[in-house]
Amino acid sequence: MKEKLQKIRERAIAEIEGAGGLDRLSEVRSAILGKKGELTAVLKGMKDVPPEERPKVGQWVNETREAIEGILAEQTKRLEAQALRIRYEAEKIDVTMPSVTPAKGNLHPITQVRNQLIDIFASMGFEIFEGSEIETDYYNFTALNTPQDHPARDMQDTFYLSKEFLLRTQTSAGQIHVMEAKKPPIKIISPGKVFRSDDDATHSPMFSQMEGLVVDKGITLCDLKGMLDEFVKRIFGEQVTTRLRPSYFPFTEPSVEVDVSCFQCGGKGCKLCKGTGWIEVLGAGVVNNRVLAGCGVDTDVYSGFAFGIGIERIAMLKYGINNIKLLFESDLRVLNQIDD
Amino acid sequence: MLAPLSWLKDYVDIDVTPKELEEKLFSCGFEVEELIEVGKDVSNVVVGLVKECEPIPETHLSLCQVDAGSHGTFQICCGADNVCAGKKFPVALVGATVYATAKDHVTIEGVMKIKKGKLRGYESQGMLCSGVELGLNEDLYPGAGYNGLLVLPDDAEVGADVKPLLGLNDWIFDIAITANRPDCQSIYGIAREVAAVLNKPCKEPALDFTETEVKKDGFSVTVDAPELCPRYIAHYVYDVKIAPSPAWMRRRLSLVGIGGISNVVDITNYILKELGQPMHAFDDSFLQGNAINVRRAADGEKIVTLDEKEFELNSSNLVICDGKRPVALAGIMGGLNSEILDTTTEVMFEAAKFMRDNIRKSSRALGQSSDSSAMYAKGVYEYTTVMAMKRALHLIEELGCGKVSSTHVEVSTGNSVEPQEMKVSVKQVNGVLGIEVPETEMLRILTALNFAPAIDGDTLTIQVPAYREDMDSYQDVAEEVIRMYGYDHVKGTFMPTARVTAGGLDLRQKSELKIKRALCAAGAYEGIHYSFFSPSDLDLLRLPEDAKERHAIRLMNPINIDLSLMRTTLAPQMIHAMARNQKRGILEGRIFELGNIFVPKELPLTEYPDERETLCVGVFGEKESFYTLKGMAQVVARALGVTFTYEAGTRPFLHPYQTAEIFCEGEKAGYLGKLAYEIADELDMRTQAYVLELDVRLLSRWYGQAQTFTPLPRFAQEKRDFAFVVDKGITCAQIESGIQESCKYVTDVQLFDVYEGAQLGPDKRSMAFSVVFTPAEEEFGGEMVEGFVKKILKNLEQKLGVTLRA
Repeated sequence: MKEKLQKIRERAIAEIEGAGGLDRLSEVRSAILGKKGELTAVLKGMKDVPPEERPKVGQWVNETREAIEGILAEQTKRLEAQALRIRYEAEKIDVTMPSVTPAKGNLHPITQVRNQLIDIFASMGFEIFEGSEIETDYYNFTALNTPQDHPARDMQDTFYLSKEFLLRTQTSAGQIHVMEAKKPPIKIISPGKVFRSDDDATHSPMFSQMEGLVVDKGITLCDLKGMLDEFVKRIFGEQVTTRLRPSYFPFTEPSVEVDVSCFQCGGKGCKLCKGTGWIEVLGAGVVNNRVLAGCGVDTDVYSGFAFGIGIERIAMLKYGINNIKLLFESDLRVLNQIDD
Repeated sequence: MLAPLSWLKDYVDIDVTPKELEEKLFSCGFEVEELIEVGKDVSNVVVGLVKECEPIPETHLSLCQVDAGSHGTFQICCGADNVCAGKKFPVALVGATVYATAKDHVTIEGVMKIKKGKLRGYESQGMLCSGVELGLNEDLYPGAGYNGLLVLPDDAEVGADVKPLLGLNDWIFDIAITANRPDCQSIYGIAREVAAVLNKPCKEPALDFTETEVKKDGFSVTVDAPELCPRYIAHYVYDVKIAPSPAWMRRRLSLVGIGGISNVVDITNYILKELGQPMHAFDDSFLQGNAINVRRAADGEKIVTLDEKEFELNSSNLVICDGKRPVALAGIMGGLNSEILDTTTEVMFEAAKFMRDNIRKSSRALGQSSDSSAMYAKGVYEYTTVMAMKRALHLIEELGCGKVSSTHVEVSTGNSVEPQEMKVSVKQVNGVLGIEVPETEMLRILTALNFAPAIDGDTLTIQVPAYREDMDSYQDVAEEVIRMYGYDHVKGTFMPTARVTAGGLDLRQKSELKIKRALCAAGAYEGIHYSFFSPSDLDLLRLPEDAKERHAIRLMNPINIDLSLMRTTLAPQMIHAMARNQKRGILEGRIFELGNIFVPKELPLTEYPDERETLCVGVFGEKESFYTLKGMAQVVARALGVTFTYEAGTRPFLHPYQTAEIFCEGEKAGYLGKLAYEIADELDMRTQAYVLELDVRLLSRWYGQAQTFTPLPRFAQEKRDFAFVVDKGITCAQIESGIQESCKYVTDVQLFDVYEGAQLGPDKRSMAFSVVFTPAEEEFGGEMVEGFVKKILKNLEQKLGVTLRA
């Protein structure tokens, strides 16, 4: 009996080790350990074994079974690993082939810059007021200290819709609406489309501005400077500084042009800054008392500053866009270049 | 404005370089747009004495020996007809640069460098020059207009650089003057600023003259329109001898772009440039009735101006008349009937203040302008009229071209031309700036600007010159102080006295941004188009005459017809954008725009129109379909947490069978559809295009809906699939709602397959739906779901004739 078992064991091991695949291994397993398997047959034949020998034979059978199962398990593991390897190998790909990328879209570069500006000013406590594109002569000019025969009206070519209504030439018009509706403290920015009758390589009849207005007690030119310093650092970079120089707007007094140190050359002079080291980015000033008083703000108590930023100008500077017209043509080759 | 350095030096001792002066002017508010170096292209040209001059046989050339002083003596071949021994001419040495002229010897064609050369076998070391070759003309230097060599004075130093001699060492500042400073639209006005910024005195131009006893008896000036002419000054000059003006005056006028005409006319032009006061000179012998009358023109009255153009006038135009007829279009141009001629012997000078707006409007309305009208449009002060008349009379004497009579008539409304006192608080001035400007600095600056300041305690008293009408309050004083004190003294502070405010986007702004971002995430690019479009865009859309989109606001002064209507729909510009991309070879894409349309309440406008935020989406390309665009609409619905429903619809510019109305929570919110083929063809589109418009203002009602959490189902959901056979006229939406309404446990219905085939018959199709049942209170027991199914099938069959597919 012992020899028989020994034989079974040897043959089983040979067959297990000879099995080239999991399927074959499964067959081998059934042939030995299955219901009709050889070893199972031995167990079934236990009834023919004399009782006194049964414990011993039982032990031999179990030992044989365990040995076979051990080897089976090992071989299973090996073959499974091999099968997996083969599967992986079969699925080898060329990782340099093109990707399958979900279609993307972008916000317009102007919207992107507008959002960046809004984020900066919102964090400084500014609310966002969007005025209307169609304005009255009063809000666009007269209330901004630019009466009918004022020479500053010649500075801007205005599109008129009627004697009274026009397309706003500046987001400054929003200042007046805000001051009429709200008492100080006022901190608002007013981004939006503005219109001027200009149409050439560097001018578009429609463009975007963002007006800013602060009115509270004790606001000074130094506060304007401090806020602009902070703003330009956040939009153009930490190393960028501002320079104020005198200018003229009817609704501010004093009025300034604000230049920033060239963020491309660091002020040494390059093509972007036309060799001057400075780039003109916005106009600003202390709000003219006539404007405040016209809106019922007590100028003995309150003062303020205002500033106006050309959004396209910032976008063109930031991204190096060379033609303003490109921004309004919805050319996908342009729009897909600037990621938010 | 052009200001030559040499002219400015008449009034101010300028001891800084032109570049330094440019920077100083910039710092105090006068941007020099261009600093022009006169004679920049001319170098190494010196005074040469021709010692010998022999004709070269059989040519027009002469062989000259030219003494150039310390530079040496050179042999030069010269073709000019006026070359001769013993005279001095400009000689360009070898290596010099001068202007190259065309064959006509007049037209400048660039700059050339003088090299050693050989002419007809004769060596030539340099070139004798004409005036044109040095960039001169007859006005800039007498004799420079001659088509031959420029003859230099006999006392010119041989070998010396010709540039100082010829005025070629000058600089011209082209200065931008802001609208609040018309007093600086003149050389003298700028000189006042230069003096202030350099802390130097400013010398007033000479104004003295001697009146003779001669009088023009009975001469009168009346001003019938004082509201348009607050001051009019006339002065009579006799024994006038018309001749060219002197070289110095012609040179200066030429440097600022004005050609010389005659002494009397040049004087008026000179004063326009020097003082910023337009003047006019009438030939007095042509003035009838011994009178000047300033009045509004009669309707239909006519005048012929100096340039021989005739104008028909009306009462908004101001005219200067003699005793009988108009002799000048006030402030714009004189009349041909009283023009200064070579034969003029008596002159009536005019210096007047005309109102800015009237001159500007007349000039525009008549389409007639001049340096004079341009100056009036910028602003002329009454102060200057007085000064200018004195200056004109002085120049008449200085030029010796006439005698100053004692007939001087001045009519004014009584405005002062004396300085006005103004008192402000020093604290308030500093309060504007946020810094303390030292009192001594404040006084120094205001003195330099001719404000004659005095400080007593907190009170600053200044005398505002009559040419500074812009000075109005302490804010203006603050500006004057800081622009001279220097903006670099302004140190940044961060609103230490201001209160804290809450900032950020409001709900509408946030929601619109959310919509935009959702569309970007769905593969669309944001576009921005003009707020105005073309009437032809409405025709492109095949909109009927009474369509509401045609009720659009018209621009009164559009750039052109294509930009003349405020848009009432975003669709046409989107359609054009898709066509434009295709023309440029981009054959698929998704674009959206969120912008305003303009809906007038009535036309012409009497109140603000409705500016309605509107969304337009355009998709084009072979991969797109009605349903991909519908997906974009769903993206918007999802972003806002609302439900859109769709019904077949029509638009004149869309496919008749692929168009839908969009409803948001049951309200009409927009449309979508495939662009009609005839429009696609008209625009040469190469692929199919779809367009959608949504009334975002309407959608704003659902902005910011509270988002609530629905607990996960506690019991297992059941899912059943059905394949129905349906009449083609029955819509998906009908079946969906038929299923929904049959059973309250239905939580989702999805169409997953559509099939049409011969075995179904031509009028039928098969639609397969997947339906999810979600138990609410307790688990579905036994045959419950089968019960629901039966009910659904029964309902669909009864209502829609829908049956299960075998």
